[in-house]
Amino acid sequence: MAAPLGTGAFTEDTGQEKQDTQEKDKGIPPERAEEAKLKAKYPNLGQKPGGSDFLMKRLQKGQKYFDSGDYNMAKAKMKNKQLPSAGPDKNLVTGDHIPTPQDLPQRKSSLVTSKLAG
Amino acid sequence: LSTADIISTVEFNYTGDLLATGDKGGRVVIFQREQETKSRPLSRGEYNVYSTFQSHEPEFDYLKSLEIEEKINKIRWLPQQNAAHFLLSTNDKTIKLWKISERDKRAEGYNLKDEDGRLREPFRVTELLVPTLKPMDLMVEASPRRTFANAHTYHINSISVNSDYATYLSADDLRINLWHLEVTNRSFNIVDIKPANMEELTEVITAAEFHPHQCNTFVYSSSKGTIRLCDMRSAALCDKHSKFFEEPEDPSSRSFFSEIISSISDVKFSHNGRYMMTRDYLSVKVWDLNMEKRPVETYQVHEYLRSKLCSLYENDCIFDKFECCWNGPDSTIMTGSYNNFFRTFERNTHRDTTLEASRESSKPRAILKPRKVCTTGKRKKDEITVDSLDFNKKILHTAWHPSENIIAVAATNNLYLFQEKIN
Repeated sequence: MAAPLGTGAFTEDTGQEKQDTQEKDKGIPPERAEEAKLKAKYPNLGQKPGGSDFLMKRLQKGQKYFDSGDYNMAKAKMKNKQLPSAGPDKNLVTGDHIPTPQDLPQRKSSLVTSKLAG
Repeated sequence: LSTADIISTVEFNYTGDLLATGDKGGRVVIFQREQETKSRPLSRGEYNVYSTFQSHEPEFDYLKSLEIEEKINKIRWLPQQNAAHFLLSTNDKTIKLWKISERDKRAEGYNLKDEDGRLREPFRVTELLVPTLKPMDLMVEASPRRTFANAHTYHINSISVNSDYATYLSADDLRINLWHLEVTNRSFNIVDIKPANMEELTEVITAAEFHPHQCNTFVYSSSKGTIRLCDMRSAALCDKHSKFFEEPEDPSSRSFFSEIISSISDVKFSHNGRYMMTRDYLSVKVWDLNMEKRPVETYQVHEYLRSKLCSLYENDCIFDKFECCWNGPDSTIMTGSYNNFFRTFERNTHRDTTLEASRESSKPRAILKPRKVCTTGKRKKDEITVDSLDFNKKILHTAWHPSENIIAVAATNNLYLFQEKIN
C-alpha cells in the first residue's frame, strides 16, 4: 500500500535564490534552507548534527549547583559589587558565574487542588 | 496561568468509564462517566470529577544536587479485579501504585465512642451495642499502596503494564526496568544502553511499551528514530533486540535537523497487537510488526513546519514531545499539533481531519468545525496561516476511549472531551 500523505504537504516555494539555472526546477529543500539560516545565526553551532549536546542537556535536567564556599569567596572578592546574577536560564551554570542563593528556586509549597477538580 | 495546572498526561481506563489526568503540580484528577438516567437524558456520556489527589511532591536529592519535579509524566491503569480501581502514576524518579475505592456505608453505634468520635467515659458504657452499617454520601478515597523508588538514575519517560497483569516496565533515558506489582524493593534491569564512556552517548530511549497480548514482548523507541522489539524469553538482559525498525533515510536530504525531528516521542501498539505507531516531530508512522524495513503508513501531521525549523529550534518547540493514540478498532489514529489543533487520520479512507480544542470553537453540544492551515500564498476565508499559529498552544496529550468514539484532548491547562454525534 502506498504511503498516503495527509493535507498540509509543504509547498516548493521557499523564496530562496536558486543556485544555478540547472537547479531552477528543484530549488533548495526547505530543511536545508532552514539549516543555512541557523548556521548563519550561530556559526559556532556544533559540528555534529543534532545529537550529543541535546542528549547531555536532557540527561542533566534538574541539576542544581550551589557551593557556599565558592559563593562566599566570590562575594569577598567582589567586595561591595554585586555578584553577576544568572541569566534567563538559571539552570545552566557557565563560565565564572557562581550561583547565588537568589538563583536557586524556592522549594515549592504544598499544594492546592487542581482547578480541573472544580 | 499557573504552571502547576498544565496537564501532562491523559489516560482512559480499560472500560473507558474512568479518565485520569496528571498535571505539572503532581496532582491526579479522575473523571467518571455518568450513567444515563431517565431524568437526565442529556447527560449521556458526560464525565464528572470522581476523585482528585496529590500523587507526587517536589523533592530534592541532596546527594546529587538534583531537583526532582513533581510533574506526572505518565498514568497507566491496571485492569479492574475488584471493586477498587488501581493506577500507576510516575514522575521523573518514582512510580506509585494508587488505590481508588468508594465508601458508601459507615458504621454507627460504637460502644466506646460517640457518633462524633469522642471517647465515652467508661462508666457511661452500660450496655453492649452492635454497630450497624448505615448508608452515607459516596466518598471516593485514594490511597498510595506501593511506592517503587530508587531504580532510575535518569528520567522516567514511560511505564507500561504487562498483559500478565502482574508486572510492568518503567523506562528512563538509558535503562528499562521490570517490576512486579507486589514488590517494591527490587526491580530487574532488562535494557541498558548506557555507554561505558558517556562521551560516546549517541541516542537515548524515548518511549517503551509492552505488547498488548504477548507478555514477553515489548518495544522501545529512540531519539534517532529507531524502534527495537525485544523478547524477554531470549535473554535476561534484552540489550540485543529481536527486531529493529528503522526507515532508511535519503543521505542527500540530511540536515542539522534530521536527527532531532526523527526522534520518536511516542510509540503505541495497536489494540490488535499487529501494528505499532510512532510519532516523530512532523509525522505519525504505522509499522507492521512483521516488517522492519519501513513503516506501512506515514501521515504528515504538520509538514508546513519544515520550513520553520530554524525558529522552532530557537524557541525549543522542535523538542516538543507529542503523543499519539489509536481508536478502539485501530481504524483511526489521532495526534496533536500547535494552535490547539489536533489531527485524526482514518487509515482505510485516508481521510484526515484537523480540529481545534479551544473555548471559542467548542460550545457544548456544538459540532466541531474542521480547520485548515493555509500553506500557499493565498489564504482562503477561515484558513489560518502558518505564521499566525500559536506555538504556545500545543496539544501533546490525547486519549481515545477504548471502545467508543469519545476523545480526551489536553490543551495546556484545559481538558476537552469530544464525542461522536449520534443522530
